[in-house]
Amino acid sequence: MASRLSPYLSKVGCVLSGVQCRSLHGIAPLTSAVQSPVTKPEGRTTATLIPGDGVGPELCQVVMDVFKSAGVPMDFEERHLTELYARRSDSLEEVVASIKRNGVCLKGILATPDHSSDGELKTLNMKLRDELDLYANVVHVKSLPGLNVRHKNVNMVVIREQTEGEYSALEHESVTGVVECLKIMTREKCRRIAKFAFDYATKYGRKKVTAVHKANIMKLGDGLFLRQCEEVNRNIINVCKGNIMKLGDGLFLRQCEEVSAMYPNIEFNNMIIDNCTMQMVSNPHQFDVLVLPNLYGNIVDNLASGLVGGAGVVAGESYSGNAVVFEPGARHTFSEAVGKNLANPTAMLLASANLLNHVNLQYHGNMIKAAVDRVIRTGKVRTKDMGGHATTHHYSQAVMENLKY
Amino acid sequence: MAGWCRSLVKGVRSVGVRHFSDVRTVTLIPGDGIGPEISAAVQKIFSTAQVPINWEEVDVTPVKGPDGKFGIPPAAIDSVNRNGIGLKGPLMTPVGKGHRSLNLAIRKEFNLYANVRPCRSVEGYETLYRDVDVVTIRENTEGEYSGIEHEIVDGVVQSIKLITEQASRRVAEYAFQYARNNGRSKVTAVHKANIMRMSDGLFLRCCRDAAERNPDIRFEEKYLDTVCLNMVQDPSQYDVLVMPNLYGDILSDLCAGLVGGLGLTPSGNIGEGGAVFESVHGTAPDIAGEDKANPTALLLSAVMMLRYMDLQSHATVIEQACFDTIREGNYRTGDLGGKAKCSEFTDEICKKIEESNS
Repeated sequence: MASRLSPYLSKVGCVLSGVQCRSLHGIAPLTSAVQSPVTKPEGRTTATLIPGDGVGPELCQVVMDVFKSAGVPMDFEERHLTELYARRSDSLEEVVASIKRNGVCLKGILATPDHSSDGELKTLNMKLRDELDLYANVVHVKSLPGLNVRHKNVNMVVIREQTEGEYSALEHESVTGVVECLKIMTREKCRRIAKFAFDYATKYGRKKVTAVHKANIMKLGDGLFLRQCEEVNRNIINVCKGNIMKLGDGLFLRQCEEVSAMYPNIEFNNMIIDNCTMQMVSNPHQFDVLVLPNLYGNIVDNLASGLVGGAGVVAGESYSGNAVVFEPGARHTFSEAVGKNLANPTAMLLASANLLNHVNLQYHGNMIKAAVDRVIRTGKVRTKDMGGHATTHHYSQAVMENLKY
Repeated sequence: MAGWCRSLVKGVRSVGVRHFSDVRTVTLIPGDGIGPEISAAVQKIFSTAQVPINWEEVDVTPVKGPDGKFGIPPAAIDSVNRNGIGLKGPLMTPVGKGHRSLNLAIRKEFNLYANVRPCRSVEGYETLYRDVDVVTIRENTEGEYSGIEHEIVDGVVQSIKLITEQASRRVAEYAFQYARNNGRSKVTAVHKANIMRMSDGLFLRCCRDAAERNPDIRFEEKYLDTVCLNMVQDPSQYDVLVMPNLYGDILSDLCAGLVGGLGLTPSGNIGEGGAVFESVHGTAPDIAGEDKANPTALLLSAVMMLRYMDLQSHATVIEQACFDTIREGNYRTGDLGGKAKCSEFTDEICKKIEESNS
């Protein structure tokens, strides 16, 4: 069994190594991707830090305090990026260069106003993603023991394509009062995200991948769908049910199907987005890994985060071929709480712990994660969104007190 | 079996309520699968409650039109056009025969621009969420569902989302009107104008304009992702939500999930010349004809219809009887965890209506 699997595994390792593991010793373990380091890390690592808008800077300060307290050998290269005050923002090129140089970045949330000053349709967030080609956003939504929420034992991974689809910023007003907005889907990118999802599932020992789409709306009598059906592999449930296939999502779905055929050990199914949201609020336990196009990803990220306690407690990360940006999983600037010492730093701390794990500082990453878990499990210190009265400051104090060396 | 159901439907129909002076005719499309059973249940309950309505049952099995395409029979279209109001059970879109989706066709044919879906927690049927009471109003004619898409070059597909000022204005105005007529205090516009600055921006602008014209109703605007996040944490902060097509599709199903699924949520499609009320659940072919289906969604849709027709007192009596029956829990259908048959559930509702009328 092992010998049969090993060429397969090393292939997976190769695929992921560029993406994810700067130093996983060339081995792709099946169940746990995070190994203990062989030796204590020496020297210091640098990461880019983008505090972001809203409560971002406060939360980044918490992270820096906790890092200091935990003795993490990491330096931050702070870069300011904001769309709200164009003058205070560093140039995008500079930020991109910094992230490329360091390979990792911790980022708060950037506010995206409805209107830009110069009529630009692309938001800064989109530009940053495009520049770095951060195509895969991964949010691991997991219930935190001790937190009082409706849904318990949720554990799913939401993987979102975030460089095309509805977020292409291609819009125009054909005649007055009629706006067209283009959604672009390409085979290449659909395939890339599908591949990523299955690689991720393989690496982290997950059992099932669900592709979420809306391919049932419009029928296009061009025979494309029929061709797709012929390519369907035996693992796939439920594809031919709707005879109506929307071209764009159909493309996405087809790529997922084709890729799934290469991963016989991982179960694959698909679901329509509206049904997916309904299932998610009534029975979230059926989901394992979800892979979605851009807009649906945004919706499900937030929905799933809501299930386990909200935007303040879920960490996420965005991958490109050579850089990873760690950030909160549900993107809200929480600007109404700026300066009020109310924000929940959990998401940011967990993201920073993931960052440490990624750069092979598992000792410190685990320490911080364990401290956060302990604080939540004990439940004495809780911020407002968790149903308590603690301030950001109190909460971060509690985390620091719980750091066990 | 289906034939039996149909004859039952006819039988019930002939009971009639002709002693009312102001009888109005409503087109009834029983639908496929469990459709005929639940339609019969609704008719029975309506006749017990002596609702001044005359049903005109039509068949929408697609017929081949002069252009060679299958479509709704002209008789059905005439009927809805004449009556202006319809009630529709679930329809099945036949697989792989070149039919247009009938649901879509009906929507297009009658220009039903707004889809209204009230989601309310049903007492007695516990879900993780209590006290949900939101209404989603969805633009139903354009947006992502314009159906304009093509493959530009091999492997690159472009879909067009169409937002027009006229349609956005119309649905925004309707949302405020609905809020006022139904005693609701707040309208939330759900959008993604931070990403789609022009298209959703236009929709949002139309909502803002409508808000200015309706100062008695509170107005707020929220990003779609924020609404999703908050909806699963605390649904009580929302009241009436108005949004473009795709978002509405997703959010309305999400809200239905909060209260226990599509079997309990009514739906109405409002058009300029009329309205069609429907249950949005599937045709459940596996239990069709077995007297196991739950008619609640269609019944509540019919109640919405009564409110639309300004028959408030009948609406209240029927709705109350339905909710009471579910709450008491003696006659729940299988999907609600009970053992009762569809007919037993219906009879119990009828009994309650008779009690309240006597």
